[in-house]
Amino acid sequence: MDNQGDIWEVFIQSKPGLAHKHVGSVHAMGKEMALQNARDMYTRRQEGTCIWVAKHEDIVASVPEEDGSFFEPSNDKIYRHATHYVMPEGAKNI
Amino acid sequence: MSDLDKFLEKIKNNVKIEPKDWMPDGYRKHLQRQMSQHAHSEIIGMQPEGNWITRAPSLRAKVILLAKIQDEAGHGQYLYSAAETLGKSRDEYIHELQTRKAKYSSIFNYPTLTWADMGAVGWLVDGAAIVNQVSLQKTSYGPYSRAMVRICKEESFHQRQGYEIMSQMAFGTAEQKEMAQDALNRFWWPSIMMFGPHDADSARSGDAMKWGIKVESNDELRQRFIDKTVQQAEIIGLTIPDPDLKWNEEKGSYDFGKMDWDEFWQVVKGNGPCNDQRINHHIKAHEEGTWVREAAIAYAKKNN
Repeated sequence: MDNQGDIWEVFIQSKPGLAHKHVGSVHAMGKEMALQNARDMYTRRQEGTCIWVAKHEDIVASVPEEDGSFFEPSNDKIYRHATHYVMPEGAKNI
Repeated sequence: MSDLDKFLEKIKNNVKIEPKDWMPDGYRKHLQRQMSQHAHSEIIGMQPEGNWITRAPSLRAKVILLAKIQDEAGHGQYLYSAAETLGKSRDEYIHELQTRKAKYSSIFNYPTLTWADMGAVGWLVDGAAIVNQVSLQKTSYGPYSRAMVRICKEESFHQRQGYEIMSQMAFGTAEQKEMAQDALNRFWWPSIMMFGPHDADSARSGDAMKWGIKVESNDELRQRFIDKTVQQAEIIGLTIPDPDLKWNEEKGSYDFGKMDWDEFWQVVKGNGPCNDQRINHHIKAHEEGTWVREAAIAYAKKNN
């Protein structure tokens, strides 16, 4: 066993204007190396215009299944969706 | 509902399992084994092709081969990165490979003797891998599935470059055609055995299907590969080395001869022509990289 550095999560923006999307991870010994490794590994075909890397251990994630209550507050607030409202018959472009 | 019921419910409804979800221990272990074996295959698979980089017959062939091998390095990394989400470190996976506890695809224990072998590897070995990987895009484990989608997208050129080499040689001089046929003869059977044992003899297939890790069986995938490949051999005038290969009108697919499973298991157990060479080379390259990792850590410490 030897030290292969930290795990860094990689996010790529494929075009200006689009959100960065998680693609996987790399190992690296520092920020700069993480960025270079991410470039070599995930953008061999010009997949992106921008790369973010973040240390895996610094990412805080919710737990989808075990924590149903986490998102519960939004469940019963259907009035936050436009489809909740009944429009008068014949109304157009609304 | 118990954790197990919830898990099985997700599998039934094609909801992907993600790293932090509860999963049965057997599911985790099966994926750790299968995904690392897949990653190791990509990495070890660079060696038989690396053998021909310096002797590629043209600059075009050389840059293509380099790009293909670089992709395989990348694919190995994607898979290790996905396998690490199962709570096992890269170091542990590599250690298992180097101590031969983990396996990789047996086909890479065969030597690449002529340039035509670069054609056969791309056409048949990558061709078989693609059939398998396209199916695995539907696997139940999210990170594995996403890695497969990425890999399939990138690999579309790999098989074509191999087939191009085969067709160039098959339509070349008599000597070149002979080389192409010889490569096909040597790689055909190991390629169709890449899909693994017959369903009836495959010990782990049951769990893998039940858990949605595999969505199609070894025999189904093997049949698909054979049905696709026969016509490709025919139109470049090469003969598949199987006297029993015959179109079966009734089932709409090819019948084919018996595979030599004794040879297959011999190679899996480490007695193939290149097993030692492949692992020793991996260990050597890894050890020779130690100073790079140490230097990188020292540099990172200095700058923090």
